[in-house]
Parts: sequence; C-alpha cells; structure tokens
Amino acid sequence: MNLLAYDFTIRALVAALVIGLTAPALGVYLVQRRMSLIGDGVGHVALTGVGVGLLFNQSPVLTAMLVAAVGAIAIELIRERGRTAGDVALALLFYGGIAGGVVLVGLSGSSSRSLTSFLFGSLNTTSPQDFVVIVVLGLTLLAAMVLLRPALFAICHDEEYARVAGLPVRALNLLLAVTTAMTVTIAMRTVGLLLISAMMVVPVAAAQQVTRGFRSTMAMAMVLGLVAAGAGVWLAGQIDTAPGATIVLLAIGMFLALALGSALWRIVSRRVASRTARPAPDVKPPEVALGR
Amino acid sequence: MTAPVIEVERASVAYGNRTVLHEVSLTVTAGEVVAVLGANGSGKSTLIRALLGLVPLTAGSVRLFDTPLRRFRQWRRIGYVPQRIGAGSGVPATVAEVVAAGRLARRGLFRPFGAADRAAVAAALRAVGLADRARDPVATLSGGQQQRTLIARALAGEPDLLVLDEPTAGVDAASQEAFAEALRGFVAGGKSVLLVAHGLGPLRPLTTRAVILHGGTIVHDGAVPESGDGHDHVHPHGPTEATGRATGMWSI
Repeated sequence: MNLLAYDFTIRALVAALVIGLTAPALGVYLVQRRMSLIGDGVGHVALTGVGVGLLFNQSPVLTAMLVAAVGAIAIELIRERGRTAGDVALALLFYGGIAGGVVLVGLSGSSSRSLTSFLFGSLNTTSPQDFVVIVVLGLTLLAAMVLLRPALFAICHDEEYARVAGLPVRALNLLLAVTTAMTVTIAMRTVGLLLISAMMVVPVAAAQQVTRGFRSTMAMAMVLGLVAAGAGVWLAGQIDTAPGATIVLLAIGMFLALALGSALWRIVSRRVASRTARPAPDVKPPEVALGR
Repeated sequence: MTAPVIEVERASVAYGNRTVLHEVSLTVTAGEVVAVLGANGSGKSTLIRALLGLVPLTAGSVRLFDTPLRRFRQWRRIGYVPQRIGAGSGVPATVAEVVAAGRLARRGLFRPFGAADRAAVAAALRAVGLADRARDPVATLSGGQQQRTLIARALAGEPDLLVLDEPTAGVDAASQEAFAEALRGFVAGGKSVLLVAHGLGPLRPLTTRAVILHGGTIVHDGAVPESGDGHDHVHPHGPTEATGRATGMWSI
C-alpha cells in the first residue's frame, strides 16, 4: 500500500509524526520526575471521558480531554501533598477511570469495536476535524515543552530549589499535568489510551542509553519518537497490523538496540584502553552516598 | 553594612502535634557568616527551611531583606543549597545544566539564556573547581562533587545571601576545602551566609557567629565555640590533608 496515495493515509502519517515528536518532549519531564506511568493513569481516566462523549452524543475527543485534564490535575494535587495514601488514591482514580469508561461506552450502545479503537488506536479513521485538532494542539504543546525547558527542568529536577528560586512551581506543575492530559487525548487516535504512555517514556529511555545531558536526551528522544512513528505507520500498512502497537514495538526495538549497542561499546572501549596500556580512563570515584 | 538580611522573630514550627522549633529568634545582618549548629533533630534544618518558606510557620514571623516573607519576591538575591540533589534524576543531566538552573531566578521564565548567563555559570563552576567537569553527567560525580555542583548552582545566580543546608555532610576533604575557598570569595564581596552544619571543619575561620540549637530552641548565639565541631561529626581524613587544589582527589 502506498502511504501517500490517499488523503486518509497522509493524515494518519502526519498525525502519528506529530505525536511521535510531542509525546517524548513531554515524557522527558515525566521520566525525570520518576513519574513514567502517569500517562498511563491519565489514559485510564480519559476513557471515562470517551464514555461520557459517546453516551451524550458529544465529540469523544473533547469530553475525553476535559475529563483527562480534571484527572491529571487531581493526580498532581495528590502528588503535591506527598502523602502515602496518595498511592492508593491514584489506584482508585486509575481503575475507576477505566471501569467507568467501559460501563459508559456500554451504556451508550456503542460496539466493543469502538471501545477497542480508543484503547489501542485507530489511525485510519482519523477524521479531517480530528486531524486539525491533533496537529494544532500537538504543535502548541511541543512549543511549550521546548520553550519552557529551563523552568520545567528545574521543577522536575529539584522542586524545592525551584520554589526558592521564585519559580511559579505550582502553575508549572499544573501545566505539565494539563499537557499530559492533552497529549493523551490527541494520541488516543494514533496509539490508543493503553499505549500512549509508551510513546512518552520509551523514546526517552532509549535516548538516555547514549546521551549525557538533559537537553541532548530530549532532542534525541524526539528524533527517535519521530522515526518510530513514521516507520511504524509505514510498516503497519505493509504487513497490515495495528499502527499504534507497531509504533510502540519499534520504539522498544530501538531501546533494546541502543542499550545493547552502548553496552558493547563500553566493553570494546575498555578492551582498547587496557590494550594500549594506559590507566583505564573510566575509573570513576566510588559513589559517595550523601544519605538521608 | 548592618542592614538586616534575615529577621526571624519568635518563630515556631510543628509537624502534626510535634513542635520542632519553639519561638526561635535570629537576625543575620549583611556581611555575616552565621553557622547554625546542633545535633540531629535539634531543628536546625527546619529553621532554614522555614525562613525560606518551604515549611509553614505555626507562629512568629520571618522577614527577608526587610520584606515580610509572604510578600518577598526578590528570590534572585538568595542562593539556596539543599542537602542533596533533588529526587528527580530519572534523566541524565550535565553539571552545566544543573548549574544553569541557578540563573532562572535572575532571567525569569522566558528570556533566553544569554552571554551573561553563560559567563556566570562558567564563573560559578570555576569557583567550586568543577570547570573541567561541566559536560559530565552529574550522576558520575562523587558525593562531594555533587554537593559542589549545588553550591555552583546557587553561586551562578549571583545572590546576596547564601543559605546552605549541611553543605559539608558526607563530603570528602578536598571538596570541603574547595567549598571553603568558594565561600571565602563570596564573603569577600560583603555578602552574607547562613549555613547549617554538624561541624565547621575548614569553614571555621570564615564563620563570624555561631548559633546552637537544642531541642528546637536556641541555647547559644555568639562566638564560635571551641568544640563547635560537634562530637558526632567525624573527619575521616582531617581537613588538613586536602591540597587546597579544588579538583584534588577525584580528578582524572
């Protein structure tokens, strides 16, 4: 199948590329903060939004966006309090979200196929309206994540320091939460609610196998996301598989290749170093734990 | 140069029902280097966290640079050095990237990173002796070097007041010396320092005043005590062993 032969396949490709670029640009902050699975949780909550939309004959994308945003803000407020009970509260929110979605979609009389299309993506049914929303919103979120990098890096790296530096920490945290919700909903069509978190996390995990800094990790994760999305859509068309799952598998393949490659590289360079009989350059000081 | 930089008045802090600080009053004026000493659990870290607004007061008041804490907005005048690097470290970050965060209070959210910012980051890295590690991931540094990275981050903002939480805890002798050297340069500019420590080590000659906390109240405020190093603090090598060269023992 020639990808560029039909309008709908071109739309599918472009939408996937936008997601492939935007999701890792957000994901790098989530991984930095060790909240890799937050996208998954927000995706669960968004399903209730889809159910609400289908039940009341509204645009499921719009209602999913609203419900996901409310859910993401709730998660952020729970995180901010830092109570141990937050863990359980999150679990309630996640499973309540997915159960509510399944029940509401059922009540709306929609088929289980439509449920599956939201859970795992259904790229080829992207309507022209959906397409415009995905591209405009995706690029807006991307711009915000790139332009606010210093401040977002600071709050994710060391929130207390950011507070003493006078940054609007809470506003930035809520911005990240809402961005997560928006990214989840625009990616719902491409990779699906259950797989979107992978597009935020896996390219970042793959990039940091070979990068040394935050900015380089972000840039490389975006490139990997873009390549995985483009190649995934093409491959899915060739072998007739679900595009979302294909994209995610390709991204995981990149992760494995880079992890293996960098491990081999370390071994080889160590050998070379010891053969040339210099003191090994990678002698690192013992990690001194600062404790507490 | 006697304008008050920090004024804490009868401040109390409680976690739940447990009072950690009890009506503590403390004034730091420009040019002073004040060390807050005390055993674990004496409330010394809580004191500096409270005066920075990180922990709410249950009673009393705090003024920074003659402004009530609640209305204080000139955060660029304060350089804060927390005990250790923040929990968020899932993604690698270079030393220079962490130090560059110190410029945020000065340049705000949207102004791009300019030549002045670059120069300040480079100067701060030189001051703590980490210029040659700027492009290395922070995680590959020793504990002492990581602590120096945090000090460089605070210095990069060119603050008028440094607030440091246990800057020398668990830090190797070379890093302690490098730190004392950086602080000496900072204080020479007439700026103020408030630091919390178990023991003073190489910082002793710099310290102009000591405050000792015990059980949440101040039991001493004045000259640096002879035994101020604290009985529970151990110097495995002793500060004199350091060469004074900033990148001493771990450099490659």
